[in-house]
Amino acid sequence: MIRRIGLILFLLLLLIVPLLPSYYLTMGSYIGLYSMVAIGLVLLTGVTGLTSFGQAAFMGLGAYTSAVLTTQLAWSPWLTLLVALALTMLVAFILGAITLRMGGHYLPLATIAWGISLYFLFGTIPLLGGSTGISDVQALNLFGLELRDERLFYYLIWAVCLVALWISTNLLDSREGRAIRALKGGVTMVEAFGASGLRLKNIVFIYSAVLACLAGWLYAHMQRFVNPSPFGLNQGIELLFMIIIGGPFSFWGAISGAAVITLLKTFLQGILPKLIGQSGNFEIIVFGIIIVAVLQWMRGGIWTLVERLLPPKENRPVTDSSDLEMRTQPRHGTLLLKVDDMSKAYGGLMAVKNMSFEVSSGEIVGLIGPNGAGKSTMFNLISGEIPRSGGSVQFESHIISGLHPSQIARLGLSRTFQHVRLIPGMTTLENVMIGAYLRTHDGIFQAGLRMNKAADERVRAEAAHQLRRVGLEESMFLPAGSLPLGKQRIVEIARALCADPLLLLLDEPAAGLRHLEKKELAVLLSDLRSSGLSVLIVEHDMEFLMNLVDRFVVMEFGEKLAEGLPHEIRSNPAVLEAYLGGV
Amino acid sequence: MDLSTILILSQDAFTSGAIYALLSLALILVFGVTRVVFIPQGEFVSYGALTLASLQLGVVPGTVWLLLILACLAAIMETVRLLLSGAVRKLPRSLAVILGPPLMIAVLVKVCAPMHLALGWQILLTMLLVMPMGPLIYRVAFRPLADASALVLLIAAVAVHFVLVGLGLLFFGAEGVRTPPFSDAQLTLAGLNISGQSLWVYASSFVFIGLLAWFFSKTLYGKALRAVAFNRNGARLVGISPDQAGTLSFALASIIGCLSGVLIGPITTIYYDSGFLIGLKGFVGAIFGGMASYPLAAAGAMMVGFSESFSSFWLSGYKDVVVFTMIIPVLLWRSLSTIHYEEEE
Repeated sequence: MIRRIGLILFLLLLLIVPLLPSYYLTMGSYIGLYSMVAIGLVLLTGVTGLTSFGQAAFMGLGAYTSAVLTTQLAWSPWLTLLVALALTMLVAFILGAITLRMGGHYLPLATIAWGISLYFLFGTIPLLGGSTGISDVQALNLFGLELRDERLFYYLIWAVCLVALWISTNLLDSREGRAIRALKGGVTMVEAFGASGLRLKNIVFIYSAVLACLAGWLYAHMQRFVNPSPFGLNQGIELLFMIIIGGPFSFWGAISGAAVITLLKTFLQGILPKLIGQSGNFEIIVFGIIIVAVLQWMRGGIWTLVERLLPPKENRPVTDSSDLEMRTQPRHGTLLLKVDDMSKAYGGLMAVKNMSFEVSSGEIVGLIGPNGAGKSTMFNLISGEIPRSGGSVQFESHIISGLHPSQIARLGLSRTFQHVRLIPGMTTLENVMIGAYLRTHDGIFQAGLRMNKAADERVRAEAAHQLRRVGLEESMFLPAGSLPLGKQRIVEIARALCADPLLLLLDEPAAGLRHLEKKELAVLLSDLRSSGLSVLIVEHDMEFLMNLVDRFVVMEFGEKLAEGLPHEIRSNPAVLEAYLGGV
Repeated sequence: MDLSTILILSQDAFTSGAIYALLSLALILVFGVTRVVFIPQGEFVSYGALTLASLQLGVVPGTVWLLLILACLAAIMETVRLLLSGAVRKLPRSLAVILGPPLMIAVLVKVCAPMHLALGWQILLTMLLVMPMGPLIYRVAFRPLADASALVLLIAAVAVHFVLVGLGLLFFGAEGVRTPPFSDAQLTLAGLNISGQSLWVYASSFVFIGLLAWFFSKTLYGKALRAVAFNRNGARLVGISPDQAGTLSFALASIIGCLSGVLIGPITTIYYDSGFLIGLKGFVGAIFGGMASYPLAAAGAMMVGFSESFSSFWLSGYKDVVVFTMIIPVLLWRSLSTIHYEEEE
């Protein structure tokens, strides 16, 4: 309720600004433009964990494209908007494709370089007006109404900004959006559920560039004049500072940051040169100090202070029935997974050597061995996370060795992680929903325009169903990071189940669990088996597995030591020696 | 283009390439030890050249006030931090460490500035003034963020760049300076005139890189820095303090920056903000070396020197565009040629 009142107050404030003197109106327009760019930067920096200092350059690309084409060729601004957007997407795609595969600092460095290059180009190419710029840019024409009036333009800017806010919010609350929010912890987890981390990062970067381009285009037609200075690297840095001060994790932080920096800059530019008795942009000293202080003491920005005062968001109830399509489990006893002569060498060390074993449908197989036996390496070879040195893995009729983890996920393998990979800030329910990534197909556009509602409700219901199945229904709306480790491991299983797998791969699910929790986990796993699911467990806790699994595969020093039924393994002298040591 | 033009352009290329190589080494060192992508590296170049220019005029350089302001900022932040954490007893010692050396250096320079000392002494004073800034900046801005992600450190580095450029304008003004060359000697070699300053640049870079190589391979501190860059936690376990390593790497960064500024001062006009672009060109070299390999970075820096010098001949207005656009193919090459490991926050 309070949140709704706050929103209404904010909209009212936006409406009354044009009634104030024109100084405030201009400020309001600028804040709207910068908010648009900052919203994109929040997605890029706060949500995805990447960053760009080149957003001002993307604004410049939008502004200059439109300025040149409308003045030189007399094209309609609406047509030039399309050209500018296409150009921006192309540049962002190239920059992203080149840098995103590498470490996180290469994208920002590339954007610094690109920002400087473009700035110098604007200032040097005669066609672009050099440092004097281009004047007499066409005014916008909206439904026959020429937008020469500053008030009308103000409303246009904020209308676009609010639409961008709405789309961005929708985007985060969608199938792709949940995967994007998971990227900060690395791409391994989302790829295990079928998403492509690289593609998502590229989409976010392009999206943020498009918002900046849009702001630049609006700027050109608002000022009806462009020159290089507002699109330089310093402006790009200030845009990033907006979200750091406002709050990089929330779109409202972006808007507050845009307001704070814009107002503070005007204030400081008025007062500092007088204080110092010398002209120059001394406000950057103050900005720099504030940013270092914010990073050290208040990394969530100003918005966290506001968020603390607001009541928590209400949880939408979950619909009961989940009617997502399900795979038909293969007939009990058919061959499901066939590991054939797999090896993995790290230099001269053979971590896995000539391993062969099978898993049939409807059984639980335990892969055990003492510490350092190569169990986890074997596991990662099956899930496709590390490349093999030799051998093959067959799943149903497909050879999966050599495939990317996301392709393997598509075929019906679903896994958990030894080191829990949940997104601590997302609710347990949302974390589990990531598991269903491949089961619906709504893309970025449907998500942005809220056309994914029906599909998303079904995923929600499915995730809730899986949480109920593992007994964590009451933790549904808690942040996953607030659960104890034992429960987080169970959430990992629920997430894997949400993918509707044929084979469940569990990597040390009982590690760190207490006795009672282990018992509950064993009950859960045998229930899953009764429902027809097949499971491969990597574990070193023999006792936990003894009454649960159908068969054991025992590894030592990277090789298969034994294979057989539980009672055979229990009395196998070689296994006893490996576990207890020779006599 | 005839041979003599090529030779002249190559001479320029080697001169600026040597400077960029020095800077790229500093950038890789700081990044390896502290994970900071040290954007403000170039500011030390400006400070070095501008300080030397003031000393040559017999004026107290603005760097004195700059150093004192940085020291005071450090002192204020340290006081707040110690008060917040309740460790008031440590306060006097910390303040003495932070404020003591800068105050002494400031007094020394104030006394010596009007004396028109010989060039060698002026350079020494310049180095003394600029050197403590690196460790001070590390202490104020980066040490409290030691556990933050590389992204946060990068943003902090850009914020520090803003502060240092702003302060540079405040204390040096918008005027550019060009210091007189170290020697007026001209060496004629096979019909090519080589200026004495170029020779100074080659020799100094060569000697300094040699010194660095000796420092990293033979001394205990150098080996400790390499250990931290290789594996931070491992180094901590064998008793190397990451804080000390960070301080040392920032001290080296400011020395290298200042030296580059002193060397480049007679070659090109330096303004308060010129260092930034010079530092970024060092970055192109460092990226060529994958932010890790010193020899590759030096080669990359030479490449930057060459493309800059030759493009200034063919496309003078687009010199910087060419150099900074070159980063794209360099990144593409790196992206295709290296194996990438997952980074986690």
